[in-house]
Amino acid sequence: MTRPRVVITGVGTVSGLGLGADLLLRRWVAGEVGITDGEGAALDYVATDHLSKKEARRTDRFAQMAMTASDEALAQAGWSEELPYDPERISVIYATGIGGLESVEQQHDLLRDNGENAVSPLSVPLFMPNAAVAALSMRHNLRGQSYAVASACAAGSHSIGAATRAIQVGDADAVVAGGAEATLTWLARASFGKMGALSPTGISRPFDLRRDGFVMGEGAGVLILEERERAIARGATILGEIRGYASTSDAYHLTAPDPSGQTAADAIRLALKDAKLTAADVDYINAHGTSTGLNDASETAAIKLAFGDELAKQVPISSTKSTTGHTLGAAGAIEAIATVLAMNARIVPPTLGLDVPDPELDLDYVPNVPRPLQPRNGAPIALSNSFGFGGHNVVLALEGAA
Amino acid sequence: MATATPEAVEARVVEALASFGPDADQVTREATFEELDIDSLDLVELAQIVEDDYGVELKGDDMKSLKTVGDAIDLVVARAQ
Repeated sequence: MTRPRVVITGVGTVSGLGLGADLLLRRWVAGEVGITDGEGAALDYVATDHLSKKEARRTDRFAQMAMTASDEALAQAGWSEELPYDPERISVIYATGIGGLESVEQQHDLLRDNGENAVSPLSVPLFMPNAAVAALSMRHNLRGQSYAVASACAAGSHSIGAATRAIQVGDADAVVAGGAEATLTWLARASFGKMGALSPTGISRPFDLRRDGFVMGEGAGVLILEERERAIARGATILGEIRGYASTSDAYHLTAPDPSGQTAADAIRLALKDAKLTAADVDYINAHGTSTGLNDASETAAIKLAFGDELAKQVPISSTKSTTGHTLGAAGAIEAIATVLAMNARIVPPTLGLDVPDPELDLDYVPNVPRPLQPRNGAPIALSNSFGFGGHNVVLALEGAA
Repeated sequence: MATATPEAVEARVVEALASFGPDADQVTREATFEELDIDSLDLVELAQIVEDDYGVELKGDDMKSLKTVGDAIDLVVARAQ
């Protein structure tokens, strides 16, 4: 028996580039950077413009952005008026790196300054990492299995992988997947800063010689994933397909990637195998590309190991984080969405800010200028890489519309 | 601490409940919490507010018996005596 195929029928994003997935791609391709004063804040996003008073005051910003991105995705999928499947057959598998950190900090301030009685009874539902999952389930009456995925900066991609598997084994007909993060807080800045991960110059320039750390962003991405035959039967517009998924773990260091790229390369190989593809089929790689010294070097090594030097040098590679900054647990979702939309527009989006090549990094990172994407075989194929603190490696093999 | 006159308590309770979601003009003495979509978490927040403002401590059991906005106002006024 062939395994069910999983297609994307709706996408939505909130990011430093504004509200909307098409807008994100358009601005990225135009060379615009959604980073202000060294952070990729979603400055255009005001929760009360999109949510009821009750929803807004009962959710942290990460869950608020997830709900707004989900409205866009559901509308595109044609789900807004009526769900196309039994609510019990629709799951929510949704990621965050940290959860409601801003709420944790606010409630801790109240506790310290005013005592236990001052802590809000809404504290736990505000900051629990599954808060966005609960909000999505309640907002759209989705009653299948629902749970949060946490694997730091790989979480958004893990969510898509887990959602794909849930559909493939028949646990769900459709899944609302993706990830959200809103940790532009004092504690997060200090914590990421102290470990040396944040860019002191506040510039995201992946693969550039001068790269000095990631720029923290915030945002949410939502993908509507459906079993392909059912999606076709209901007449859905299919944006793309999750062809393959794989995940490995470095077991090397708490935060640093394995510089050899071995286990990340394994994830690339396994994702291609899962998709029944080879490296020669890949038209584009959406890199994790954080703009840290370590990631961009080890990711380059991983691509070379998995593709071989010759094919690695042929495939165009770029980083969405050059325009959004690093949205942590949302990144994998936002980047998978951007990848599919770029493929469908037949564009290879650029790595912005890459002006001084690093002689140690010798692949084609598509500096600053987008290119036309020419699929090698019919429908375009791309990989989206995500790697997280803790040594989590995820690779998605994505197919765009033919 | 504010004096718990019936008028003052009513104004404060209505203001608090309206901040939780319902429109202020829906929040009448006769309105039920069910109609207003005010749940147990909201009532705990309401209890925090009246404790801060009037020194009235309301426990979970006190809140369970409340059905309408008027019930809550009357309880606070009575306890504050």
